[in-house]
Amino acid sequence: MIFSAKELGYEKLNEAVRNTAGEIEINDCFGERFVGCGAADKTITVNGTPGNAMGAYLNGATMIVNGNAQDAVGDTMNAGRIVIHGNAGDALGYAMRGGEIYVKGSAGYRAGIHMKEYMEKRPLIVIGGSTGSFLGEYLAGGMMIVLGLNTEEVPVGNFTGTGMHGGQIWIRSSSKPEKLPAQVCVEQADPQEILPYLANYAKLFGVSMETILDKPFYRLSPNAKNPYKRLYTVN
Amino acid sequence: MSLPREGEVRIPSGCAVSGMFSKSGKRMNGEQIIRSIEVMHDRSNGLGGGFAAYGIYPEYKEYYAFHIFYDDISTKQECERFLEHHFDIINLSKIPTRKMPQITDVPLIWRYFVTPLPTKLAESQLDEREFVAKCVFHINTRIKGSYVFSSGKNMGVFKAVGFPEDVGRFYRLDEYAGYCFTAHGRYPTNTPGWWGGAHPFALLDYTVVHNGEISSYDANRRAIEMYGYKCTLQTDTEVIAYIIDYLHRKQGLNWQEICSVIAAPFWQTIEGMPEQERKKHEYLRNVFASQLITGPFSILVGFEGGMMALNDRLKLRSMVVGEKDDMFYVASEESAIRVIQPELDKVWSPKGGECVLVTLEGGKA
Repeated sequence: MIFSAKELGYEKLNEAVRNTAGEIEINDCFGERFVGCGAADKTITVNGTPGNAMGAYLNGATMIVNGNAQDAVGDTMNAGRIVIHGNAGDALGYAMRGGEIYVKGSAGYRAGIHMKEYMEKRPLIVIGGSTGSFLGEYLAGGMMIVLGLNTEEVPVGNFTGTGMHGGQIWIRSSSKPEKLPAQVCVEQADPQEILPYLANYAKLFGVSMETILDKPFYRLSPNAKNPYKRLYTVN
Repeated sequence: MSLPREGEVRIPSGCAVSGMFSKSGKRMNGEQIIRSIEVMHDRSNGLGGGFAAYGIYPEYKEYYAFHIFYDDISTKQECERFLEHHFDIINLSKIPTRKMPQITDVPLIWRYFVTPLPTKLAESQLDEREFVAKCVFHINTRIKGSYVFSSGKNMGVFKAVGFPEDVGRFYRLDEYAGYCFTAHGRYPTNTPGWWGGAHPFALLDYTVVHNGEISSYDANRRAIEMYGYKCTLQTDTEVIAYIIDYLHRKQGLNWQEICSVIAAPFWQTIEGMPEQERKKHEYLRNVFASQLITGPFSILVGFEGGMMALNDRLKLRSMVVGEKDDMFYVASEESAIRVIQPELDKVWSPKGGECVLVTLEGGKA
């Protein structure tokens, strides 16, 4: 089924998507919000620029974006997969609690803010480029991987992992990420255990594993011996 | 059509901004900026929309263009007496509008091209721009029912209560041609939506459109009122406009420095800078501490020959930049750029506190 987002507007578009099973293609997308919201068992391909909160509460569906996504992709997502052949905006995977998001390019500020995990539910975000500040802010669970394929610098901004108290952040970088909060541990680590996710990225976006593995990986995790005392930064 | 009142509906939104700028100074009509801001319709709630347009009055570019709202004829007469006393009025007319069901409670909207009377200017012992700014404040604070909402040269602000795309069509923006347009869709959070409270806020050729809600409003207001500015609208964007005017026109800071003042890096970030840069930032934070703006904002500042975009230092609001040939676009959402320019050479998101500046090649228009 093919829909034109611009013609329908976001309310009608989302209603049409809800009432359609199987393969859905959305064209002429110019900022229509909540695309695929809560979808469970379908595949949605978006051509254009989907609006904020795309894939919010996603519950098992697969979403593919041919273009850049805006803010709050996968907000409170529960299950399924989102693949973005471009960049993502701010607050990617906001409070995500399951499923996986692969972004070919970069993400904005606050990627993975307050992501969490429970039992077998372990959300995953893989970002091929770099990210803005506050990556993994208040991270409570799940895994984030930032590959920095578009930069020779450390591919994350300031205040990475501020308030982090669970989960893991993996950063591919020639040099060790500096200026992390005191409650975050950082160590160079063997990417063996994240190989399946790296292989997924390589396959989805046509990047070779040799390229991905040609720099060291650093793993950030919360330091149980030194829990954070100050929620925010001194301003 | 009657608008729903507060509390009757929940409208998931936040203001929207959009701007477009031709670096070569190519003049475009206002149709594209209307289409751009229209895409973000759901970010505003119909209680305010507006535009700033630069390069639109080339035939009168030596004169200040005053756009004025009047409640009634008697306040208009009083205001015109004041204008005649202080300015040579070269031309005056109603601002052309289109009758539309979406735009109601329309005040009288007039435009004057003026230049200060040489005797009055000499007598005031002020420079020309300060003289004009003082006259604008006089009208806005002393003449009840008159409000100057635009006062620069070769530029103009057009704003109203309504959705921005309706406001743009109401003011017939397709009949103007300029090298730069900014636009705003409003979702007022603290004040009732009144025509004067719509964005852009302007003084002389400086205009500000703003998405966000600054938490330092009252501290900023008290500080700026010490320098002779009068905040009349209890709206945070008004104070941002005056801070910009104060730092740029009165203090002579450049745009980079202004960004370092209003969205100053954290002390923690400053500590890690190379010495020269660190000293500069320490100086600016200390000297202009009262002009630091905290809380969420993304702003677009228009001025003669340029446009500046800035996010708060925590980047609590979204902003995207697109570039194509000589065109430079900034908007709250990428979709608002793509809808008028699907193919972009470059698209990127500025960092929190990063000064994004675009100016005309070869200086002023």
